[in-house]
Amino acid sequence: MNRGNRATRGALAAVGVAAAVALTITGCTAPKPAPSETGAAGGALVVGVTSDPDTLFPWKATQFQAVNVLQNLYGTLTEFDADLEVVPGLAESWDVSEDGLTVTLHLREGVTYADGSTFGSEDVKFSLEAIKNEATAAVSRTSLASVAAVEAPDEHTVVLTLTSPDAALPANLAVINMAILSADDTEAALNTTPNGTGPFVLDDRKASQSLTLAKNDAYWGDAAKLDTVEFRVIPDESSIVSAMQSGNVQLAVFDDPLVAQTAASGTVTVEETPQLSYHALQLNARRGDLADVNVRLAIQCAIDRQEVLDTAALGEGEVTGPITSPAYRSDASARPCPERDLDKAADYLDEAGKSAGVTIKTIVSQGEYATSVNEAQNLKAQLAEANITLEIEVLESGAFVDRWIAADFDAAVALNGGRPDPDGMYGRYFTSTGNLNQVAGYSSPELDALFAEGKQSADPEERKDIYEQVSDHLEDNAAWIWLFTSYTYTAAASNVQGFTPMVNGSLQYLRTTTVN
Amino acid sequence: MLRRLFRNPVLRRILAALATLLGVAVFVFIMLRAIPGNQITAGLGTEAAALTPAQQQALEAYYGLDQPLFVQFFSWLGNIFTGNLGFSSRAQQSVAELTAQSLPVTLELAIFSIVLALVIGIPLGMLSASRPDSPRDAFGQVVGLAGLSIPAFLLATTLLAWLASSFGFNPNGQGYAYFFDNPWLNLQQMLLPSIVLGFGIAAPIMRTTRTAVLEIRSNDFIRTARAKGVPPRRLQVKHVLGNALVPIVTMTGLQFGYLLGGAVVVEQIFSLPGIGRQVLLGIQQKEYALVQSTVLVIALAFVLVNLLTDVLYRMIDPRVRAA
Repeated sequence: MNRGNRATRGALAAVGVAAAVALTITGCTAPKPAPSETGAAGGALVVGVTSDPDTLFPWKATQFQAVNVLQNLYGTLTEFDADLEVVPGLAESWDVSEDGLTVTLHLREGVTYADGSTFGSEDVKFSLEAIKNEATAAVSRTSLASVAAVEAPDEHTVVLTLTSPDAALPANLAVINMAILSADDTEAALNTTPNGTGPFVLDDRKASQSLTLAKNDAYWGDAAKLDTVEFRVIPDESSIVSAMQSGNVQLAVFDDPLVAQTAASGTVTVEETPQLSYHALQLNARRGDLADVNVRLAIQCAIDRQEVLDTAALGEGEVTGPITSPAYRSDASARPCPERDLDKAADYLDEAGKSAGVTIKTIVSQGEYATSVNEAQNLKAQLAEANITLEIEVLESGAFVDRWIAADFDAAVALNGGRPDPDGMYGRYFTSTGNLNQVAGYSSPELDALFAEGKQSADPEERKDIYEQVSDHLEDNAAWIWLFTSYTYTAAASNVQGFTPMVNGSLQYLRTTTVN
Repeated sequence: MLRRLFRNPVLRRILAALATLLGVAVFVFIMLRAIPGNQITAGLGTEAAALTPAQQQALEAYYGLDQPLFVQFFSWLGNIFTGNLGFSSRAQQSVAELTAQSLPVTLELAIFSIVLALVIGIPLGMLSASRPDSPRDAFGQVVGLAGLSIPAFLLATTLLAWLASSFGFNPNGQGYAYFFDNPWLNLQQMLLPSIVLGFGIAAPIMRTTRTAVLEIRSNDFIRTARAKGVPPRRLQVKHVLGNALVPIVTMTGLQFGYLLGGAVVVEQIFSLPGIGRQVLLGIQQKEYALVQSTVLVIALAFVLVNLLTDVLYRMIDPRVRAA
């Protein structure tokens, strides 16, 4: 049973509990919670961004900027708090039956869409069924794989019938690709006129120039403190820095440590946030020499991850194991070769009968992120010392994506997105039936069993233990070579307060932000 | 009858222009499809690997990618003739609307840049030519060389960063203002990009001017004019520059044509929503119709500028008129 409230976000625990109680009470008595007066700071914030959202339709949005905008416009059944714990969203609470096969969601009352219509169980049924329908081409369809049926017995209750217990479901429902849309809406209409239940509504859009959100006064939680948020498109990162220095832009998130450094001056402060996304050398264990676990382990032993991080990314990041979410984080040294060990690498090659060395081809994307080619070159240099030849094929990002999708590579230098729940993060890659398993290039009966167990278990401690085993299995078999996670850099003018950057890159705390 | 029609120079030019445009259309169509990826993978990135076959089909139908190539080409071309340039799903606007917004931005920038380039380039070229191999020539040459060799992105970023951090002057950080909405802010926003582009274009104009002036000055008619006692200033402007104008106009027309294609780098750095950025975004998102139509508009503009240059020749030089 989960019970709590949005108001706890970013606040101290004690304050959070009090607020939760207060809001639960108002939630029960008043159908429309009045916007809180405490956050009357108001103001207009300008966020500098390098690109425009490529879509405003939440079920198909994967682009970073689109996700960030839509998160402020739409609501989901569950949400993440600042620590990526699942907290109630449009579902105020939920019960899971003893056998884990029935999930009953109790929906929040008095929630309205931007167009004024009322949110209810029909919308949830409509949304979840549409996401499951392949013709919708919703990107998170597989997150609902365990959901067999969606029923709406009354206005404020939704019952999900599952084919098997699914402990990852609450976290899966929290992503913006699971946004609950009004049953009356269509994709065509929402493409131009978003209609969500989020803390902001769309105020104005000038394609490829700016997109402005206005506070949603009818929002069910604490109303946003800002009157408006403008995402101003400034395509060049260093021009965003200039715009911050001249006071035209107050907030921006950068990936490039060099740009972040130049931004940190005068009235602008920069805060670094570790990310869930991870840099890895993906290996395709179904091709050529890589099919031999000893060859893969030799590669693992021949690579000093810190050196890759230092040379390719100025040391700005942390060496990582497979799982990057804080609650389940892998121990980066829990692997056959915690440190670089060339003798051990040679032993593994001997065992594989490849003492003469092996040649591996890797694909690398250029232009998608700054460090890719440098990573590949450092990997090549390190592996050469272990008698492993890494042939680098640098591809334009579109060509890279094509090859990656087709799993047409021995190895790939990749920056992959992470997710708060380890099942959501790796289940699709490393279970034999996962929809990205072909790309992952590795599966085993042990992993299948572990992932199944992880979904069945509702006990957080037990799940932690299971995913530690998953992580160990991946490292022991050198399924891939996990390298490091990097930071994002949140630059804020001194008059910006109350913004909390998140490890998944979300800008959801714009709702608690103020500008003086 | 038909043969005589083909001999009509105006008609021949129009036909040649149409053939050029068709060639551009075919070329761009093929090039775009030769680039790996499509609108689905451009939008979803590696997430596209997770699509089921049915989802893939649904998306292909949505973006019109399930049609055979020649159907895609001719339905696009047919639509062009009805004034429908396509639709951008990213911007949720028609390509015609988008172009109507972006073309004036680019046109304004091109005009300011060219004017600035002429104002810098012609006097500098004449100064250089007035005494070849002298210090003043060296000065002109150095400025010209700097204009040619300093990359626009470097000059642009440096200028922007310096003015913004030292003086807090950054009109381009305020969100683009169209001329008719806010002329004062618009002109400020055009200032820096025009300087950057104008400085770069001033260099070839300066060099062309210098060469042309030197060549004209060595002609007999100049010596005659001087012998007849034409005052030096009048000689320089009317006789020398007047006759040197043809190569200068050619160079200016050429540079102006390129500018109409959009100065992508400068538009990016100064956040100008011009036509260069429209094409760039289209290519990044693999919005085929958007790119095809916009490139066609640019090609048309180029053709028109060439035509205009020809007309100018005729006005400047009676010999061309006679030919």
